[in-house]
Amino acid sequence: MSLVETSATEQLKRLAKGDITAVELTQAYLDRIDAVDSKVGAFLRVEGEAALTQAADVDTRRKAGKPLGKLAGLPIAVKDVLCDRATLTTCASRMLESFHAPYDSTVVAKLKAADAVLIGRTNMDEFAMGGSTENSAFQVTRNPWDLERTPGGSSGGAAACVAADMAPLSIGTDTGGSIRQPAGLCGIVGMKPTYGRVSRYGLVAFASSLDQVGPLARTTQDAALLLETIAGHDPQDSTSLDKVVPEYSKTVTKPLTGLRLGLVREHFAEGLDAEVEAAVREAVKVYESLGATVKEVSLPNSKYAVATYYVIAPCEASSNLARYDGVHYGHRTDEKPMLAELAAERKELEAAGNQAGLRRLDSTLVRMYRKSRSEGFGPEVKRRIMLGTYALSAGYYDAYYLKALKVRRLIRQDFDAAFGQVDLIAGPVTAQTAFKIGEMVDDPLAMYLVDLYTVSANLAGLPGISLPCGFSKAGLPIGLQLMAPPLAEESLLRAAHMFESATDWHTHRPTHLPK
Amino acid sequence: MAITRAYVEKVSLLARLQLGEAELDRLAGELASIIGYVDQLAEVDTEGVEPMAHAVEVHNVFAADEVHPSLAREAALSNAPRHNDRGYLVPPVLG
Repeated sequence: MSLVETSATEQLKRLAKGDITAVELTQAYLDRIDAVDSKVGAFLRVEGEAALTQAADVDTRRKAGKPLGKLAGLPIAVKDVLCDRATLTTCASRMLESFHAPYDSTVVAKLKAADAVLIGRTNMDEFAMGGSTENSAFQVTRNPWDLERTPGGSSGGAAACVAADMAPLSIGTDTGGSIRQPAGLCGIVGMKPTYGRVSRYGLVAFASSLDQVGPLARTTQDAALLLETIAGHDPQDSTSLDKVVPEYSKTVTKPLTGLRLGLVREHFAEGLDAEVEAAVREAVKVYESLGATVKEVSLPNSKYAVATYYVIAPCEASSNLARYDGVHYGHRTDEKPMLAELAAERKELEAAGNQAGLRRLDSTLVRMYRKSRSEGFGPEVKRRIMLGTYALSAGYYDAYYLKALKVRRLIRQDFDAAFGQVDLIAGPVTAQTAFKIGEMVDDPLAMYLVDLYTVSANLAGLPGISLPCGFSKAGLPIGLQLMAPPLAEESLLRAAHMFESATDWHTHRPTHLPK
Repeated sequence: MAITRAYVEKVSLLARLQLGEAELDRLAGELASIIGYVDQLAEVDTEGVEPMAHAVEVHNVFAADEVHPSLAREAALSNAPRHNDRGYLVPPVLG
């Protein structure tokens, strides 16, 4: 097994023992990126030089016997949505193409404090809106298992880089499934923690009541390690939870006894691919063989989850993205042609004596906003801003936004009732395996429905994890999703580890990438 | 609820987006299809249900009333498309 195929936990052991240096490890990943990323396209920017400098610094301090952080010398990729003052934060958008954050997000600051080596920034759907990474303004990311297919999204680069051994760990964000879905489609582990478990300070906001940062990894042990590094209360984020962070990496290997697993009746309905269903049911049998009891539960309002989500998330997005005004930061339209265009329109209206048109004509400031935003945002971001603005506009607020907030509570209450009977809920991550690039770009609603099994955890604020549980006949990964009550990450990880220990799905590697 | 093209155009102004004719046509259709799907929420009985705006319903998180350093002006202006070292510059607002 080559170095880049070993787990992060194993690499840390070797680094601590002095078997390898951080520079060697970082170089091994940079070489791997060189060899395969021209095919996969996971990284927007590889920060090779900076990474090697950080690695050399760790090696020097280790040699001198100085104290080192928990992840000292370990390369980590970060989704290009978390502010890092050392690089750009583009959100894969023309709007932020040259945005250089003046401060570090809390997650990035914690990674730096842990002496992780920040190896590069990964591709994503623009502003994390999408489920295929096709909405990136800059490049396509391909699924390492089949380069004709998408890696999922929005954390598509984050999942693909781990699946193709270009980073041992990566950071993603999950607003409606954006960590779990690409992890599932790429055959790796991806976890969305409880809302508030990880600080959102310095995370470029999409839908603030749903966004959560989390780890993507090869193994549950590695995911546990990264989660415990980034989790915790942050006074800079008033929604972060003031709760002690357990040492997940220490407890993850302990099996749970008397585990009660719930299967959601509504998850196994029309639309679920037969191969996916078979793999998930097989995974449940593995749990039974490990002593778990399985019980059917019902989440009667889960069928409304996607509709609820596609009101709440766009409403919050339209409000959050109002900040991109071409004034404070981000793209601004070229003023001269903008002013000329406006003058020409005014002249035309005056010549026609169109008083109503003249009254409606944009002021220079409004036109500057409108042109800057229209040039800076891609089609999906515009679509969601329009959807949110529509749903929040006068006369529609009660019918859409307020209604969705009420259904959101019913969805949460369903989970509360289910978790009265079972410890964890198991089911598919997605109804299908990875879809082809371009397959759904013309059908936004079909694309939204891919989020069917993942959005509920965001609406309810629950932790969820995706782990590999099989492959389709075509050789595409299938993901198992486990969900837990709020703050039950520890049992979620332990349960995931039980499955991982009894199976070898996490050890499979894409075969057609260069060795 | 029907979504007219004229209303989509009005929403584009509210959203501070400038959309071309083709974009407005396309969006009117797409929004109609998405809203058509979302309209199923109307069938849910939510009588007496409190809206849930946040997953963690914390209220009144207080911070100590202490002065902390904030972003320096130079840093705050560093990404501005136009500035004069003291503030942000915008196109003429009056006239």
